[in-house]
Amino acid sequence: MYETSYHRPSSLAEATQLAAEKGDEAKYLSGGMTLIPTMKQRLAAPEALIDLRHVAELKGISVNGRLIRIGGGTTHAEVATNDEIKSVCPGFAALAGLIGDPAVRHMGTVGGSVANFDPAADYPAALLALGATIHTDKREMPADEFFQGLFETALDEGEIVTAVSFEAPDQCAYEKFRNPASRYAMCGVFVARRADGVKVGVTGSGSSGAFHWSDAESALSGNFSPEAVDGLSASEDDMIADIHGSSAYRANLVKVVTKRAVKKALAH
Amino acid sequence: MGVEGIGAKVLRKEDRRFITGRGRYVDDMSVPGMKYAAFVRSPHAHAKIASLDTSAAEAMPGVIGVLNGRQLQGDGIGNLICGWAVSSKDGTPMKMGAWPALASETVRHVGQAVAIVVADTQAQARDAAEAVMVEYGELPVVTRAVDALKDGAPQLHPEAPGNLIFDWEIGDKAATDAAFAEAAHVTKLHIHNNRLVPNPMEPRAALGLYDPAEDHYTCWTTSQNPHVARLVMSAFYNVAPEHKLRVIAPDVGGGFGSKIYIYPEEIVCLWASKRTGVPVKWTSDRTEAFLTDAHGRDHETEVEMALDADNKILALRVETVANLGAYMSLFSSATPTYLYATLLSGQYDIPAIHANVKAVYTNTVPVDAYRGAGRPEATYVVERTMETAARELGISPADFRRKNFIRSFPHQTPVIMAYDAGDFDATLNAGMEAADVAGFEARREEAKSRGKLRGLGMSCYIEACGIAPSKAVGSLGAGVGLWESAEVRVNPVGTIEILTGSHSHGQGHETTFAQLVAERFGLPVDNVQVIHGDTDKVQFGMGTYGSRSGAVGMSAIHKALDKVEAKAKKIAAHVLEADEGDIVIENGEVKVAGTDKKLGWHEVCLGAYTGHNLPDGMEPGLKEGAFYDPTNFTFPAGCYICEVEVDPETGTTDIIQFVAADDFGRVINPMIVEGQVHGGLAQGIGQALLEGTHYDESGQLTTASYMDYAMPRAWDLPMFKVSTTETLCPGNPLGMKGCGEAGAIGSPPAVINAITDAIGNNELTMPATPEKVWKALNAVR
Ligand SMILES: Cc1cc2nc3c(=O)[nH]c(=O)nc-3n(C[C@H](O)[C@H](O)[C@H](O)COP(=O)(O)OP(=O)(O)OC[C@H]3O[C@@H](n4cnc5c(N)ncnc54)[C@H](O)[C@@H]3O)c2cc1C
Repeated sequence: MYETSYHRPSSLAEATQLAAEKGDEAKYLSGGMTLIPTMKQRLAAPEALIDLRHVAELKGISVNGRLIRIGGGTTHAEVATNDEIKSVCPGFAALAGLIGDPAVRHMGTVGGSVANFDPAADYPAALLALGATIHTDKREMPADEFFQGLFETALDEGEIVTAVSFEAPDQCAYEKFRNPASRYAMCGVFVARRADGVKVGVTGSGSSGAFHWSDAESALSGNFSPEAVDGLSASEDDMIADIHGSSAYRANLVKVVTKRAVKKALAH
Repeated sequence: MGVEGIGAKVLRKEDRRFITGRGRYVDDMSVPGMKYAAFVRSPHAHAKIASLDTSAAEAMPGVIGVLNGRQLQGDGIGNLICGWAVSSKDGTPMKMGAWPALASETVRHVGQAVAIVVADTQAQARDAAEAVMVEYGELPVVTRAVDALKDGAPQLHPEAPGNLIFDWEIGDKAATDAAFAEAAHVTKLHIHNNRLVPNPMEPRAALGLYDPAEDHYTCWTTSQNPHVARLVMSAFYNVAPEHKLRVIAPDVGGGFGSKIYIYPEEIVCLWASKRTGVPVKWTSDRTEAFLTDAHGRDHETEVEMALDADNKILALRVETVANLGAYMSLFSSATPTYLYATLLSGQYDIPAIHANVKAVYTNTVPVDAYRGAGRPEATYVVERTMETAARELGISPADFRRKNFIRSFPHQTPVIMAYDAGDFDATLNAGMEAADVAGFEARREEAKSRGKLRGLGMSCYIEACGIAPSKAVGSLGAGVGLWESAEVRVNPVGTIEILTGSHSHGQGHETTFAQLVAERFGLPVDNVQVIHGDTDKVQFGMGTYGSRSGAVGMSAIHKALDKVEAKAKKIAAHVLEADEGDIVIENGEVKVAGTDKKLGWHEVCLGAYTGHNLPDGMEPGLKEGAFYDPTNFTFPAGCYICEVEVDPETGTTDIIQFVAADDFGRVINPMIVEGQVHGGLAQGIGQALLEGTHYDESGQLTTASYMDYAMPRAWDLPMFKVSTTETLCPGNPLGMKGCGEAGAIGSPPAVINAITDAIGNNELTMPATPEKVWKALNAVR
């Protein structure tokens, strides 16, 4: 790790103020589960770390009827074990429980994951399928607009993800097929069903990050059953190909995993 | 025997310090004035070093020195060596290219060290290492051994034209050819044994301390054999003569073979300590471990088995190309030859065998012995072929094996080994019963109803360990003898120190070795301290690898205990005025058989040291040493049965059940043996399902972290069903065979045989990742 300086703001205002002062040499630090390993490998060298873990505004989960709002500083473990989320939107809590290992879940945060937008991260699949809103210190916008491409989001420099919010759907579930090495998603599919239709978010497979599988969304909106996906095939063209799986294999996974997610949602 | 003697499940004495985080590893060591090293490493797989400029690095904060390969050579530090001479079939000696500890002209794999930076802190050393400017002229790259043998392939070493290190053979070619001409059936297979990265939990580390006042060096290093390290560093690398070099391997967190070898880093740290005047510590990070720890396996093999009309094996023909990487590591030549092809007879009576092995240089990390070392490769060849032949012949794999088992011992195979004892039916029967093979078809049907493909695979392995009779290995080219030493020091109060040349890095020696004393004198294991890993304390030893610490290391202790026992009996007989032959030692007492005359063990020991009442002419003291040289290899064998379920939609394999029925000869501590088997199985299953080492076209290791290199985890593994049968090894006094490597040796073919059975396609390479299985399934559905 290169030498860096450490700063611990206690409010959002203080944090953004610090970021503005330090400019593009500064990085926010949340759980550090992505940032710290990258720094240890000397692939990132921020001159200043602005620790968001003591910013009160980023903390907490609120559930109002079916409306869920999760602060950006909430850990995966807090999401996974929150009783209200578990009862209103069990698929989302279950997803958080599948991230990494216990150590990662107790450190890593929703805000860090959303801001990082790793193509294999789990939350983005859910946030797309749930039509979630991403809140920042400056604005709010739909997940569809927020997630833009590989590790690319709508965040401006110094902008902080303060929360994500969504309305719990009627039925939902997340199914994850893990990469055998990293155990991140090689294909993760979140299906969410509401009166006005079904949404399908896919992560781990798309070459530009998480995406909506629109063919499956139409088919499932008509017939919410695994068989509805049978006749479909995901396009290989947009799939990641790497040493762990070809694009053809990932395209197959998208279909198989979607069917399993639907089956799981129906079982709830 | 005492309650903690042979066969008792004594809890491991060493675990208190390991579990409470109080182990003392090399990286925990600190000496006054110690500074930190970082190595400058090649980012290229093959390149000429055009220039090396250290001036910017030298000016960085905290930097004490930056040293390079020319200085190293200038100071007379020798090149790294391979310690086992193997000749080609035409009689020419192996062709070894020069391997300097710091490259000064050419780099041949990504990660090869070219310079060392010593600085006040580790971070400063690393920062400065990045500031060392090296200009490289890139050369063409080859990473696959079969490609390196082709005409026009990039050439690595001028000493080895065509990248061929040796073209070695074993067995009777004419007899084998003749048998094939008579065969009723021939089974052929192409086999790839995947390259593995050892990944011990503790990365390598070295701390070099030069004391100018005494002109003496101390090296703390993560070694499985500190005495061998001292010998090699003295005799071949000219670091210092042996009496001026102390090597200490304290707690070592796993090795699996990768810590047998003497690597550039420890040599350079010692040399740099003298050059810079400060003690120098280096600790590998995980990326460096991937790029510099000797890898394992990496064979490509064509195998043919000839059978008669009665399904008896007539002959085996094997052509193997072994990838040794960019340089010849310490035992790299022995692993794909004498540790591999000598086991190609498996558990079977095969009249004729011929094997040809080509060892090849490539632009990859050097390859050497890794848990099993050659025997997993042999077992994989034999057991994949056995299963394939049985399927082709339409007979049960178990019956086919039974038909060809060796049943009379000793048995001389056509490939050097003389098996001394075994009962292969016993392990096969034990395995089949534990695995409920009879009920398999019903389970397969049930799985089918759930949309799953169930398969059963078997592997009947034999291996050679207890390495090894010195005369025999000497005649085969080994540069050292492979005996072991022990010293038993009895204190005046009767407690005992055992000094051993074996080295424990996870095997539990501190417990099992103490159990020998418990057995012999009926003393509690807590009264015994096992001392190892320090060349100043233990006079000499050959270290731990090749499952040798039991059969060889404990045999040496056994011999030393014989001498201690004899002297103690003499003293007791003298004091008790009895006949020496009537003295028995049990439960901590020294008694005259059939009488109530006795002494406490501690009384005899004290007597030995007071010298007040010893037989005339007897020297005082109670301390005995022994060297033990085995008379033969030992031959652990067993039957592993794996049952899998494949998900046809994703290609995912679930291991539903794994049975291991092993014959390790006499078992000292069944709990520790079980643990060794579990660990070995995890590694073998890891090789079969998960661990793929991948180089890209330019020679970059694309699987150089756990993001891409898949290690086995608990949830990948079932609860193992392990058991042992026992035929005693006649070759050593304890009847032990060794258990350290069996799991990794026997399991990969069982897993692959099970998956290929499930999917109905025999074309499948390791690691059998979900995608590969899915593709293999698509090819036949
Ligand atoms: C072993 C391991 C396994 C993992 N497995 C999974 C997995 O299976 N699935 C999965 O989804 N993830 C996985 N992760 C990643 C984990 O979920 C991380 O926690 C997450 O990606 C980043 O969150 P963090 O809080 O740790 O962010 P950090 O590492 O602290 O930060 C990541 C990036 O986001 C920025 N950032 C942080 N917080 C904010 C914010 N509030 N607003 C704006 N920018 C911010 C940082 O500046 C940095 O650039 C794994 C990580 C590890 C180490």
